[in-house]
Amino acid sequence: MQDDGIPALRGWSEAELDAAFAAVAREVETSARALTSADEKEEFRLRWLGRKQGRLKAISDAWLKAAPAEAKKPLGQRFNTLKALIEARLEASSAATSMSVPDSETIDITLPGRRRRLGAEHPLIRTQHEIVRIFQRMGYSVGVGPEVETDYYNFESLNFPPGHPARDTQDTLVVAGQERKPLRERLLMRTHTSPVQIRTMEQQPPPVRIVIPGKVHRNDAADATHSPIFHQVEGLCVDVGITFADLKGTLDHAMKELFGSSVRTRFFPSFFPFTEPSADVQISCPFCGGAGCRKCKHSGWIELLGCGMVDPAVFGFVQQKQPGYDPQKISGFAFGMGVDRIAMMKYGIGEIGLLYSGDLRFLEQFA
Amino acid sequence: MKILSSWIREFVPGITITDRQLADDLTLRGIAVDGVFDLGAHGSLFEMDITTNRVDAMNHYGIAREAATIYGLALKPLDASLPPAKATAKPFSVRIEEPKLCGRFTARLLRNVKIGPSTGIVAERFRLLEQKAIANAVDATNYVTLAMGHPTHAFDLDKLEGGIVIRRARKGEKLKTLDGVERTLDPDDLVVADEKKALGLAGVIGGWDTMITPETKNILVEAAWFDPATVRRSSKRHLVHTDASHRFERGADFNAPPVANALVSRIILEAGGAVEGELVDVVIPEADARTAKRASIGFRVSEVERILGPTEDGAGISAATAVDILRRLGCGVEDAARTETTATQRQDLDPSRASLGEPPQKSAPSGQAVTLPSWRLDLEREIDLIEEIARVYGYNRFRNTLPPFAGTVVELPWAEKESTVRRTLLALGFNEAISSTFCAAQDAAIFAREPDSAVAIGNPLSEEAGMLRPSLVPGMLEMLVLNLSRDVDDAALFEMGTTFSGNPENGYARVEERPTLAIGATGHAFGGGDVEFSDMKGAMEELLSRFAARSLYFDRFPAASGLMPAWLHPGRSARAAVDGGTVAWFGQLHPAEAERRKLKQTVWLGEVWLDRLYKQELRQPAVRELSRFQAVRRDFSVLLPERVTYAAAAGAVEALAIPEMQSYAAKEVLRGGKQIPEGQYSLLLGVVFQSNERTLREEEVQEWSRQVVGALETLGGKLRA
Repeated sequence: MQDDGIPALRGWSEAELDAAFAAVAREVETSARALTSADEKEEFRLRWLGRKQGRLKAISDAWLKAAPAEAKKPLGQRFNTLKALIEARLEASSAATSMSVPDSETIDITLPGRRRRLGAEHPLIRTQHEIVRIFQRMGYSVGVGPEVETDYYNFESLNFPPGHPARDTQDTLVVAGQERKPLRERLLMRTHTSPVQIRTMEQQPPPVRIVIPGKVHRNDAADATHSPIFHQVEGLCVDVGITFADLKGTLDHAMKELFGSSVRTRFFPSFFPFTEPSADVQISCPFCGGAGCRKCKHSGWIELLGCGMVDPAVFGFVQQKQPGYDPQKISGFAFGMGVDRIAMMKYGIGEIGLLYSGDLRFLEQFA
Repeated sequence: MKILSSWIREFVPGITITDRQLADDLTLRGIAVDGVFDLGAHGSLFEMDITTNRVDAMNHYGIAREAATIYGLALKPLDASLPPAKATAKPFSVRIEEPKLCGRFTARLLRNVKIGPSTGIVAERFRLLEQKAIANAVDATNYVTLAMGHPTHAFDLDKLEGGIVIRRARKGEKLKTLDGVERTLDPDDLVVADEKKALGLAGVIGGWDTMITPETKNILVEAAWFDPATVRRSSKRHLVHTDASHRFERGADFNAPPVANALVSRIILEAGGAVEGELVDVVIPEADARTAKRASIGFRVSEVERILGPTEDGAGISAATAVDILRRLGCGVEDAARTETTATQRQDLDPSRASLGEPPQKSAPSGQAVTLPSWRLDLEREIDLIEEIARVYGYNRFRNTLPPFAGTVVELPWAEKESTVRRTLLALGFNEAISSTFCAAQDAAIFAREPDSAVAIGNPLSEEAGMLRPSLVPGMLEMLVLNLSRDVDDAALFEMGTTFSGNPENGYARVEERPTLAIGATGHAFGGGDVEFSDMKGAMEELLSRFAARSLYFDRFPAASGLMPAWLHPGRSARAAVDGGTVAWFGQLHPAEAERRKLKQTVWLGEVWLDRLYKQELRQPAVRELSRFQAVRRDFSVLLPERVTYAAAAGAVEALAIPEMQSYAAKEVLRGGKQIPEGQYSLLLGVVFQSNERTLREEEVQEWSRQVVGALETLGGKLRA
């Protein structure tokens, strides 16, 4: 069907031009319809659009050469349209040809993908970040402190006087060779993150809003839910006019963010030497919605954290370095929660020991 | 602690609600009932969890008092009446030699008692509470502790030699206590003694020689009040914790001894016998003034509002509500004006607290003066009263509010660096792990950054946990070993944590804490083949290049120099240095260490000293101009003598300083085989030339190629065909 002759052009009127271009367009359509292979496509491209021997060029050269000046513009416009048509057909055929490839190129796509596996963030770190971020959104800065503390910061300044029975509740691992020092300077493994409250207030006058994640240690026997190493997130908010109602509202909001907006909180009187009033906080069981299930021991509630209003005695200790913490003028609240316990609850971890084992079969599940 | 609901109801007859409701109401007021067990006709057994500050509630009467307070019901007074006593010529002698340590001592003599098993309500309640019954006189003291919380003691009067003396123990004095242990006493111990010998460790445990036996005919009943700190020290010193010491060291009710004494006597007398003489009651006025008669404290309703905030109903806690709650708790409330003078004389029980906490309440114009119940020694300050009001009112009746805030949120200076390190390692396929903070002394010695710098724990959890970890590597190794032992053969882990160091010479005056990172890998951890040195080096390069160092290089020291860590294979390990300072060590575990741990599979380890790395800033992206001109690639295949390292070869090429040499890289390294002579290796070096200004000419590229070949030949290299 190769016809390389230049089609006839009867005259230069609009109608005559249209008729001539329509004929060429029909020719393009006819030859484009037959395109199947990549070779044919290339042949089509060369035949019509080739720079030197292309038919489009030949026709346009011939017609433009013969055309009077006033016809050159309408001619040019029509050539552009024609070129666009050729290109469109070429593109369409290209899509069509890729649809048909030899069967021999077919592969088994059910084979597993070659995964470049990401490492998994530790569930404790993940949970800790989640908690910290909630409080950061509420205007809390992040603070940290040493894991080896003095007796003063871990106990005395938190209103655990030397020899006080309250110290019995936190069995302590101590650094060797401290006996000759005064009690308050003796080094021990901090039993809670609360010392950072004191350290922060000593550094910074009120107001303060701080959230403190960290590792703590106690001289406790390990079992399924207890580990001598565990993690806490501590919080402290001190300003003029901070109330127990603010403490309740803050923790209620935080628990809703952490466990979902349908979770409710309730507060029970408790005892911590460094807060007064002190409270334990329960959340309605996020698993059964409070109806009672295995996870909440069929009570509908899960105890999750301890908190309270900062005891004036604690401000008294801080005032030795920061007089701004006058308990007659300012007030504040503090809270602390066990990251391990929350992570275990969220992810259904039955053994706390798994968190500290490095067992990949466990860790990989958090990828 | 176990509590019988029926006993509570006996003390507060007005309670009409169910046991379960009672348990819930008590729990919401801080008297926590952890479990409720049905006893059928006998009501319920409550398993209690009483906080350490509420010693007053560690008995049935105390909990009944709480119930009465909550519901505003009447509490039945304890019946301490006794049959008339036989008169005696002179009262039994009781002498308190240590008025600071023993504030009150009551003694009553019972004659012709009959010792036998307990019967009636005592036997029944002991059975329900699973309390071991011994004999009526002993059971009577335990029963009274359960009933109203005050510890008492019964002596066999006929074994006493003379009157009672409360004194310090003599140095080295011996006392066989009720638990059968022969104890050597200390002058810091307080003893209840007769004229000749110690009879018991005051407030802690009675003595063996004067205990009640089936033959006992005459009894002396003791009910006393001892200094909390003294009791606690003795209890700790002799490692004996009893119901009595638990209560005394938390502060018993100063007014309770006469009542407790009468209650014990009543029970003993039920089996026979008679009271002889009046109760001997020695009271130290100073102790009385410090406790039962302690000064009132100032109280302002405005403080309740300031500390507690709004209530659910919006009304807040009114003055009337506050005063009502305080009165129900047993406090006296008066306008301050009348008692102002005494309100300033607050004294702490614990002398170490005397100077702390709130300043003593000065006259508060709109305030009130509150006198405190003798059984609540934990109430010392205005804030304690505010807590009581909140507690009895109900914590959950306060509104949930959010405080306004106009401050800024400050990030820790290294937070972004830490997060970058973690993100990078996770992306490189390392899984995050957390191991023990402690390690064995042997590991501490091998892995410590500096020799003899590991810190010992004084009371370690176990021998294997005797030291604070000086390095994260032993923990990492342990985790890899655990995985291998569980058939997890491919593992890549990292841990970010604190390592510790100190100086044992100065008794660990200070303990330094440093943020540290360990990485470990074994098997086919990254897919593909076995983990190799290059995997570890690649990870280090990727990690360290997150930081904006002027220089980063890897090197190692000869094994003989002693500069390499002992845990690394001397030939397959390296140091990473940033700006000339060591930031990391990594490589294959030393074969001897692998052997010691019975490791069959090669293990790769590394430790990064984050304290040093964090001194560098994070690298900020800076875009370089992209060339519009074509790059020219040339590969050079050379045979090099083994002694010439890749770094030497690369250095020689680098030293040519051809500005258009955009990059070079080892594309292949081959050793052994027929093609490569002994003592040599083949290096395929790929070099890219490109200019930002122009298209490179063939002649220039040829000239540079000649220079590259020349540089390699100078090192002894030979271009391969």
